[in-house]
Amino acid sequence: MSISLEHFLTVSTLLFALGLFVALSKRNAVAVLMGVELMLNASNLALVAFARLAESAMAIAGQVFVVFVITVAAAEVAVALALAVAVYRTRETIDVDKVTTLRA
Amino acid sequence: MIEGAGPVAAFWGLSVLTLAAAGGVIVSRNLFHAVLFLILVFLGIAGFFLLLSADFLAMAQIIIYVGAIAVLILFAIVLTPRASRDNGETRMAPAALVVAIGVAGLLIPAIADTDWRTLASAPALPLADLGRELLGTWVLPFQLASVLLTAALVGAVMLVRSPREEQEELEEEERR
Repeated sequence: MSISLEHFLTVSTLLFALGLFVALSKRNAVAVLMGVELMLNASNLALVAFARLAESAMAIAGQVFVVFVITVAAAEVAVALALAVAVYRTRETIDVDKVTTLRA
Repeated sequence: MIEGAGPVAAFWGLSVLTLAAAGGVIVSRNLFHAVLFLILVFLGIAGFFLLLSADFLAMAQIIIYVGAIAVLILFAIVLTPRASRDNGETRMAPAALVVAIGVAGLLIPAIADTDWRTLASAPALPLADLGRELLGTWVLPFQLASVLLTAALVGAVMLVRSPREEQEELEEEERR
């Protein structure tokens, strides 16, 4: 019994697909953001799996990239949630179907 | 290749936990429950990082995702009280399902077909290497990341300032 790179990549792909479905289908803007987080986590899993198991001259680069992805995800989520709260102030809804115009 | 009964069992357990929790994010009808399932996904990914002997990333995952991002999402939910707590889908859900299944159906055969050049016995990557590379080879992106975080912080504060606060500030400036 052993697990290989393919196993990790398959789990990562499935998680990415679930995150994509959440991001594309949910009505609440916060739920859409949760889908984006799922996709980012799936990509991080693939990167760490490559860093550990794939043949590479500079394996640690995969982990360095994950550090940057986590940083950018934190910045992205802060701005996106601030936007959601700002939209809620003017429209009293964060339903992505109802927030369709640029005018306040 | 990762061998041994323990790691193999951990892999399958974590896979089931993570994917089931991600499914929970989709099917739970209450947004709060969806966030709790999301936290479970984050913890599962942290477990995967431990399994791949990326200890530092596992801890960073728990501190940043569970400790900061999940709490931030909960804050966003409680700050939008009159918005619906319902975690429903738009009418585009069938199309989204087709896209998601399409992406998975494209990538999984590609993963199976590719001849990955993997290491027979992978050594664990030492944490000291990560720190050295981060502050050596990638020191410029590292600095840029701190600029990005500052910009995001200032941007978030500007966006969530209430109109009343801005009015008060303007009046104060006029008085001066």
